[in-house]
Amino acid sequence: MSDGIPRPETGLVSHGDVRELRGPLVVLGDVEGVGWDESATVVVDGEDDRHGLVLEVSDDQVTMQVLEGTDGMALGGIHVTFAGHPLEIPVGSGWLGRVCNGRGEPLDGGPPISGATTQPVNGWPLNPVHREPPKEPVLTGISVIDGLATLVRGQKLPIFSVPGLPHLALATQIAAQATSGGASFRVVFAAMGLTHADIAYVRDRLEERSAAGELVLLLNAADDPVIERILTPRIALTVAESLAFGEGHDVLVIMSDMTSYAEAVREVSAARREIPARRGYPGYLYSDLATLYERCGRVRGQEGSVTIVPVLTMPAGDITHPVPDLTGYITEGQIVLSADVEARGIYPPVDVLSSLSRLMRSGAGKGRTREDHLDVAAQVLAAIARARQSVELAELIGAGSLSETDQRYIEYQARVERELFNQRDDETRTFEDTIGRAWEALATLPRQELTMLSTAYLDQYLPKPHG
Amino acid sequence: MDAVAGTPRNGRVVRVSGPLIEIEGVAELSMLELVAIGPNRISSETVAITGDRAVLQAYEYTGGVTPGDVATGTGDQLVGLLGPGLLGQVFDGLLRPLSSAELWLTPDRASSTQDAATLAREWTFVPAVAVGTALESGDLLGTVPDAGSVEHRVLVPPGVSGELSWLVESAVVHASDVIAQVGGHDVTLAERWPVRRARPFRARATEAVPLHTGQRVLDLIYPLAKGSAAAVPGGFGTGKTLLLQQIAKWSDADVIVYVGCGERGNEMADVLQGLSELVDSRTGGRLIDRTVIIANTSNMPMMAREASIYTGITVAEYYRDMGYDVVVIADSTSRWAEALREFANRNGDLPAEEGYPANLASRLAAFYERAARVTTLGGRTASVTVIGAVSPPGGDMTEPVTTDTQRFVRSLWRLDRDLAYSRHYPAVSWTGSFARDADAIGLWYQAVQHSNWSARRARVISLLAEADRLASLAEIIGATSLPGHERVVLLGGRLLRDGVLMQSALSANDAFCSAEKGAALLDLCLAVIDKCQELIERGVVATSIEQADFGLVLRAKEETGPSDAQGVADRRDEALALLEALS
Repeated sequence: MSDGIPRPETGLVSHGDVRELRGPLVVLGDVEGVGWDESATVVVDGEDDRHGLVLEVSDDQVTMQVLEGTDGMALGGIHVTFAGHPLEIPVGSGWLGRVCNGRGEPLDGGPPISGATTQPVNGWPLNPVHREPPKEPVLTGISVIDGLATLVRGQKLPIFSVPGLPHLALATQIAAQATSGGASFRVVFAAMGLTHADIAYVRDRLEERSAAGELVLLLNAADDPVIERILTPRIALTVAESLAFGEGHDVLVIMSDMTSYAEAVREVSAARREIPARRGYPGYLYSDLATLYERCGRVRGQEGSVTIVPVLTMPAGDITHPVPDLTGYITEGQIVLSADVEARGIYPPVDVLSSLSRLMRSGAGKGRTREDHLDVAAQVLAAIARARQSVELAELIGAGSLSETDQRYIEYQARVERELFNQRDDETRTFEDTIGRAWEALATLPRQELTMLSTAYLDQYLPKPHG
Repeated sequence: MDAVAGTPRNGRVVRVSGPLIEIEGVAELSMLELVAIGPNRISSETVAITGDRAVLQAYEYTGGVTPGDVATGTGDQLVGLLGPGLLGQVFDGLLRPLSSAELWLTPDRASSTQDAATLAREWTFVPAVAVGTALESGDLLGTVPDAGSVEHRVLVPPGVSGELSWLVESAVVHASDVIAQVGGHDVTLAERWPVRRARPFRARATEAVPLHTGQRVLDLIYPLAKGSAAAVPGGFGTGKTLLLQQIAKWSDADVIVYVGCGERGNEMADVLQGLSELVDSRTGGRLIDRTVIIANTSNMPMMAREASIYTGITVAEYYRDMGYDVVVIADSTSRWAEALREFANRNGDLPAEEGYPANLASRLAAFYERAARVTTLGGRTASVTVIGAVSPPGGDMTEPVTTDTQRFVRSLWRLDRDLAYSRHYPAVSWTGSFARDADAIGLWYQAVQHSNWSARRARVISLLAEADRLASLAEIIGATSLPGHERVVLLGGRLLRDGVLMQSALSANDAFCSAEKGAALLDLCLAVIDKCQELIERGVVATSIEQADFGLVLRAKEETGPSDAQGVADRRDEALALLEALS
């Protein structure tokens, strides 16, 4: 792997001709030999060093974004040195068990992270020909995910939520419980724009995994520098790639909250006076998000995988908002949380009909989970869709006037939600337990309604009617 | 990239902003000319020239490019190397082979015309003409038998004609070897062609011949003629990619060009693996051996994504000229349009709608118009069919790429989120889709297969529309309040949807459906619906009809082979007898 274009002759020159400060941007003049996308160190008199990334070079002028923001900076008294190459970080197992801020600096009192090698944080595109199509499940111990929207090693599967719903509980539960059936499993958790209360909750929930040296925690708080969030997921993914493709671990990367990340991108774009596309977000948001999400995957003939679970809150619950919308176009499915389901007292409050794991068909079933899994999942969902019609009908004409079949569907819905979908936020269920609960719920329905299940499966797995 | 003979035309970089590079001092630069930038000689295309300065779009990551870096005019436009070795392989947007590339795609790779592995590969050339023959553009020179499952034909290139004065003697040749001299021109085995220019042909054909896709909802309701264009708009999660993959696998084209334009890497891996495992029933080879994959995934450089669409269609035209029916699948044209927008914005162009440049519609039109069924220069009848996915932001069908695309395509397959959420795949909506060549294709079916395809289609469309209307009525007053014959229409709508239009991509029996089996399934459904109406007229109550077991009809698609029309037809009497027993 190339590590950028070295430009040692310019590495140590300090530049002080600051022409403009605007939002997170600094425009420097009288600069020579600085390349696009180089990283820089900004020294402000009497303060900690800040870090910059070059956004544009034009003749002798450089525009860069400062990750820590430009607060307190003045046109004089600033010195910038350029690294001569795009930003690189040390990689390897030195990150495991560590807690860092959004720029990868330790928060746990330990020494700075070191590693034998460094890698550029932007990574390089993985040649699609070398990709292995994902096909083994990641088991989260959460029934509604394992059963109906199975996460597959190398997949990217986001959680769409709205503020106020327990997406962080779900994300941390996945981070704490997920395993890949025996292979060594590692988790990188990148928090962006979370409140301090949320951060404390995340650290508490993941303490065990962190202590076991299986977790990397990157924490950017809501009051930390906004632009730093642009870097946080890139560090997380660069570390994940090295753990997966360098050391052969199955790595799960959880990034929460991607809406905060996209806002940081928008802020830089607005400061650059770029022409906005939808809702003020820049036209390149799709490509920008893709360069993050596409870093998941497996490599043919190699151990290890990177699985990505981005978490994002949909402003006003709007799934057509650019961040969930563009994310949905890139990712392989989505898990949608719903306030209606939450109101019925179900955790995790997953809206199962709008949720989908596109890779489930290759990651579940015979030899992966269980032979009847895909058919059972399809039947559970089809029956839920049918039950919703029955519920709507009952609201119109009254439950008493419903046909026998409709009444059984309503009973089924109550049962499947209570027994299968609902679970404690610290409860790990085995896959057998999950699929057994699905069959129990399906047994509520008349056998002739189970048209998606073969006679052989019905005979083998359908529980006998109770009483 | 070959430098122009004489002095190198060097200049220098003055500005870099992402994929936009501004240079000055390169003499006699022309629009679309490629310029090599910096020590890595990054390939960049000229898009604007002002005096001594020019704006370029870079086809690689520009990290590290510095004002003052050298810029060299190459004298070439973006060309693809068209020759044997395309089939079964994967290329990036600039037609550079990915199959032989490293695990991580860094910017220091050779161009398609200079790739060492491509040039070193040996091919067998079998001449088809004798020295002394007078030849025109498009005439056959010979074949390369070891280049995939369709015969690779080497033709006299466009613009070249005259007497064949020399033909290569050795049977083993390389891509860049001269294999013949025609009218004083050297003809190499592989041809260099600028991808942004359409390859010439003699005339457009007017007759509409259907492309059989093996997907019932398309073949029976919204057909596509060979050589025309279709668009597939659909929000995320509506099964766009799966539908396109099914078409790539099962349509009756000779060659498929699958352009993954700004889409997922895992998907490309999946396409590659899926096609490698499937046998082409027509040739006996693997499906991948009739397929060229152009993969410019969403994390690969954005401007190469913009070029990938043109690269794909140029490859398709190359095989068209050999006399083949080619289908180009572009997933997704919205990502291509976004690349246009991104660059226009960086260049400071005034935006039209939603930030897109003002020439979006004309660019789209120019692309879709490269679809054609033609008489080639060599007199063969062949076609390029284009199927483009559209990814409307937020599922908004009024956004510019969707609305502009609709104007230039012959068929529109609109994917419906509600259908997809209820797991009705393929989620092609029967309310917002269209097929402008349906009448002409109906005539073809009548003339060639003597089938009453048009009448069947008309009946299905009206039944579905009626069933939809009644369903919304039933939501208000309850289905039981409808008169019997209307309840049968509702039932009929369900039979058509579940028994015919829904199709499982995962089922061995159902993934592909022959035209005859599709027609038989429709006939079965329609016969059952007619029977139900007859029973209502004879006084049978609707409830007992609704509760009858229609498994025989609904499972017919699954329980008979992909081309087993007779097996479907055989169920008819049994199904009708079951219903008759209700009276």
